[in-house]
Amino acid sequence: MMDIAIDIASWVLLALGGVNLLIGGIGVLRMPDLYTRMHAASLTDSMGAILVILGIMLQAGLSLATVKLGVILVFLLLTSPTAANALAASALLAGVTPRTGQSLHLSDSEARE
Amino acid sequence: MTTLFGIFLLTLLMITGMAIVHTRNLFVAVMLMGIASLLIAASFFLLDAADVALTEAAIGAGISTVLFLGALALTSERERKRRRSLSTSSLLQFGIVGVVALIVIWATFDQPRLGSPSAPVQAHLTPWYIESTRDLIDIPNAVTAVLASFRGYDTLGEVVVVFTAGVGVLFLLGTGASSRAAGAPLSEDNAGLRHYLIPRILGRLLIPFILLLGFYVQFHGEYGPGGGFQAGAIIAASVILYALLEGEQRALSVIPQGVLLAMMAGGTLLFGAVGVAGIVLGSNFLDYSVLSEDPVNGQHWGILLIEMGIGITVAGVLISIFHAFAARATA
Amino acid sequence: MDILGLYHYWIFAVLLMTGFFAIVAKPNLVKKLIGLSLFQSAVFLCYITMGKIEGGTAPIMGEGAELFSSPLPQVLILTAIVVSISTTALGLGLVLRIKDEYGSIEEDEIQGQDQP
Repeated sequence: MMDIAIDIASWVLLALGGVNLLIGGIGVLRMPDLYTRMHAASLTDSMGAILVILGIMLQAGLSLATVKLGVILVFLLLTSPTAANALAASALLAGVTPRTGQSLHLSDSEARE
Repeated sequence: MTTLFGIFLLTLLMITGMAIVHTRNLFVAVMLMGIASLLIAASFFLLDAADVALTEAAIGAGISTVLFLGALALTSERERKRRRSLSTSSLLQFGIVGVVALIVIWATFDQPRLGSPSAPVQAHLTPWYIESTRDLIDIPNAVTAVLASFRGYDTLGEVVVVFTAGVGVLFLLGTGASSRAAGAPLSEDNAGLRHYLIPRILGRLLIPFILLLGFYVQFHGEYGPGGGFQAGAIIAASVILYALLEGEQRALSVIPQGVLLAMMAGGTLLFGAVGVAGIVLGSNFLDYSVLSEDPVNGQHWGILLIEMGIGITVAGVLISIFHAFAARATA
Repeated sequence: MDILGLYHYWIFAVLLMTGFFAIVAKPNLVKKLIGLSLFQSAVFLCYITMGKIEGGTAPIMGEGAELFSSPLPQVLILTAIVVSISTTALGLGLVLRIKDEYGSIEEDEIQGQDQP
């Protein structure tokens, strides 16, 4: 009984993680400029990765694999926001301005004109 | 399911490869190379090659990207635009490439299918290597056993090639020691990422763990995936990360140029010396069985020592190459 | 299924020729080196694919595993990857020196300067 409950919980977590990854991927394709795309991509890093790793941890049970997964989770949570910060900072330095207001609704070529 | 995932990864890899060749922006091409490396590392893992996947991820996605970016900073980021005309020569190039690709694909129909147990690769040497690893060397990781003991000659050759390439780069670009005065204040350019507080602090937090992983991979290589090549690359990556965050000068004061040169030569020498020790103790070159009373124990000692030699050389060469590129960028 | 067993080799062929195309057709020297890396990656893929055995595991002998993929191709490729980065670095070093001497990394411009 316990096994089935853990199995169900882990699959629910994995499925939710997958949905988050999918939404993040669609967002990266559909969003209009760099900063909003990064916002969408952060969904894959945060919710997607966390849920998937938690799901696998439940599958692995109490073992060394779970500890390793936990370590991976901690490092992911440390590095991905840092990478996002570095990316956004260098984009801003390179002169990529966030789009606001009307220009958000224009396509790429229109906005440039 | 695994097959399906492998096919998905390889399809992505093919698309990435074509995008790399198609794009005119070299910066984009280098970034795509990093993605291709990670995809290929994941494919290696699915194909049961954990050691190779580790190496490819550390070197292909990590160090090679840094080196290419360094070279781009010194040359140009874009390919020059050419007139778009389908001349005979470009038709010829497309033709040859297409025809050869078709010939190779046609030839694959004679290949044994993926995973076939009757393939020639599985028939002769593989069972012998796996049996002998159990009997003669007694370590779990057959890859390390083959790399360090059964095919020690090959590996010595590869280490010498890596060493020679490192020396070649230093000859071409100089060690950079003469171009900067010792103790000069850090200029804006070689101060690394000092202005960026968050990456710097987190990077500093991570560097000890990367180093720890490097040493774990080095000394655990007999029992799990790992060994000198991977460990050298990981340790080099941590030093390169330090140089990127804190400025190249600081990294050079941690591991000076002289130490790096000694590492390059010393690791190779250590490998050779272990081989010669075999002769001195009355056996063949690179036969570790005589290094200790018990032949199996001797093999363990030999493998440990030469893996250390490999790790030291690889780390020394990769860090030196990085410094040679970086010294040019800031000179 | 039988045909899918060859898919890895087809990708190898396409990737190999993609890299080769960059080497012969692109005049930019850095692009040529990127093509060379791609070419090498394709060869790595070919070797590792050959070593795989159905139902096997990585050749690390723990408990419970009886069938192992071949360690030999893995050893060859492991060393080849490290050698490939070293040679690529050497190539990039040459490109930087060429840039110093000729002020360009485009092949046709360099050849144009060499002709009197």
